[in-house]
Amino acid sequence: MNYIVIFIGGAIGAICRYTLGNFISYSPGDFPMNTFIINMIGCLFLGFFLTYTKKKFSKELILLIGTGFTGAFTTFSTFSLENVKLIEDGQLITSFLYVFISLGIGICLSYLGYLLAVQILKRKGESIS
Amino acid sequence: MIFVILGGGFGAITRYALGNLISRKNNTPLPLGTFLINVSGSFLLGMINRLFLSHSINQSLWLLFGVGFLGAYTTFSTFGYETINLLIQKKIMTAVIYVLLSAAFGILFAEVGFHLPI
Repeated sequence: MNYIVIFIGGAIGAICRYTLGNFISYSPGDFPMNTFIINMIGCLFLGFFLTYTKKKFSKELILLIGTGFTGAFTTFSTFSLENVKLIEDGQLITSFLYVFISLGIGICLSYLGYLLAVQILKRKGESIS
Repeated sequence: MIFVILGGGFGAITRYALGNLISRKNNTPLPLGTFLINVSGSFLLGMINRLFLSHSINQSLWLLFGVGFLGAYTTFSTFGYETINLLIQKKIMTAVIYVLLSAAFGILFAEVGFHLPI
């Protein structure tokens, strides 16, 4: 059962990444804006989702949306490959910015998602973990 | 479309199965599962992208294995979530090491995969 829900979530996550990635065509100075935006949305959402749903949702639903969908929607391998391309093109500054901003903002947004979930849970008077 | 969907489904399952397997044997504070998955996926994507650019594989196989499978196999959101969990637990050094090693080895192995003489 776990494998089936992860397969479904992963398939939908991958096609959303592909479609949204093609849709975002804005890339100032070859900065890979599409992968960047996708990864940032995923970080914010997963930080919120996993914190908010702990012990609240069924295990299958967390696997479907968290592990399957959001895990497959975001990608690390494309991030690595895009940096290889930038470095080989001699665009070292863009590559450095891409790494620095992705890691920095990605971690901040994960934390923001977590804080948001904690706030909502507190307001509802529910425990965090 | 169907290639990305199929690849994405199997990529996510492989990540889950392998992640569970590695974390069961992991005795370090580092989230080793995601780390090894992201680094190995970066390596393989470099390799497959080279094969695609040199026309050794067609567009369908690139969408299946590159965009679908490896895109879904590796993950950025779990990486972010694990990092903030380390920070929340005040394991600051482990978080810093995790972030720096993931980025450095991810890019390095994508580079190695891309230049593998195949």
